[in-house]
Amino acid sequence: MDFDLHMVLVIAAAAVVTYGTRIGGYVLITRMKRIPPRMEAALNAVPAAVLTTLVAPTFFAGGWDTRLALIAALFVGLRTSHTWMLLAAWIVVMVWRHTIGA
Amino acid sequence: MNRADFVEGLRAGFPIALASAPFGALFGALAVEQGMSLSEVAFMSATVYAGASQLVGLELFGHHAQAWLIVLSILAVNFRHVLYSAAITRYIDHFTPVQKFFTFFLLVDPQFAETVKRGEAGKPVTFTWYLGCGIIVYIPWVLISVLGGMLGSFIGDPKAIGLDILLPTYFLGIVLGFRKRDNFLAVAVVSAVASIVAYHYVGSPWHVSLGAAAGIVLAALLPLPPQEPDLEADALQSDVHEV
Repeated sequence: MDFDLHMVLVIAAAAVVTYGTRIGGYVLITRMKRIPPRMEAALNAVPAAVLTTLVAPTFFAGGWDTRLALIAALFVGLRTSHTWMLLAAWIVVMVWRHTIGA
Repeated sequence: MNRADFVEGLRAGFPIALASAPFGALFGALAVEQGMSLSEVAFMSATVYAGASQLVGLELFGHHAQAWLIVLSILAVNFRHVLYSAAITRYIDHFTPVQKFFTFFLLVDPQFAETVKRGEAGKPVTFTWYLGCGIIVYIPWVLISVLGGMLGSFIGDPKAIGLDILLPTYFLGIVLGFRKRDNFLAVAVVSAVASIVAYHYVGSPWHVSLGAAAGIVLAALLPLPPQEPDLEADALQSDVHEV
């Protein structure tokens, strides 16, 4: 076992704040007696809103290999499942990088 | 414990484990390169358990940033989880306190998405199912990050073998899964635009919180759909107290 005390303390603090974010919303929402409809609408938008922000900048900042792969995955994903999306994106990226972009 | 639920959970979690494996390996490889020991890699993956923030933390370790700045940055990257825990409360509120402790620990992006998907489909979100889905992602994450640290140089450039595309594609798939919801397109477009603008002018990781905030505020302001009492979902909820 090879631990550096400073590193371990920083990691432990990071773990604590991360856990705080993961329980924080629950603590807040259970304090409320009734959830107003507008807040419920806001909560319903959470998955689409947050997860979109994890994809959009990648598309924007990435090269054409990344963009084409995500577009291909988008079309595949409208009809099939996750696994096929991953495969489609991976094939596009590999073909691009080892032919056109190589 | 209901075995069928556990197996369904494992099935839901398996593609997540697959999609996140390259990032676990990448984290381990980069961490060792930055001077972290394998024990520290395992410790970080096992306790923080949040891929993007682990990579951000690593980057800052490499720049010898002050401890408070590293912790604050990790908090900023993970801040979205506050929204997740608020949004899944309706599905997991019947768990016992100890179960909730583990539930929130395992609440990563895809785990959140799978939980909402299952809850919305009207299937019971039991702790057994949740644990099955979570454990098959968590254990490989820790093991593969250590493996990545051991193999480090063999992985080489993840771009050359196309690994960098997998996580964004996976998140895109999750977003698509929510496309039948009220206001989906408006929320997704506004969040996308806001996150790109924030990415450009404010920088990472703030684009996540700012972009998400734009979409969420929009959803709160848009006209509400006509309210129908959701009796069926309520009835299902009350049936799932066994675990």
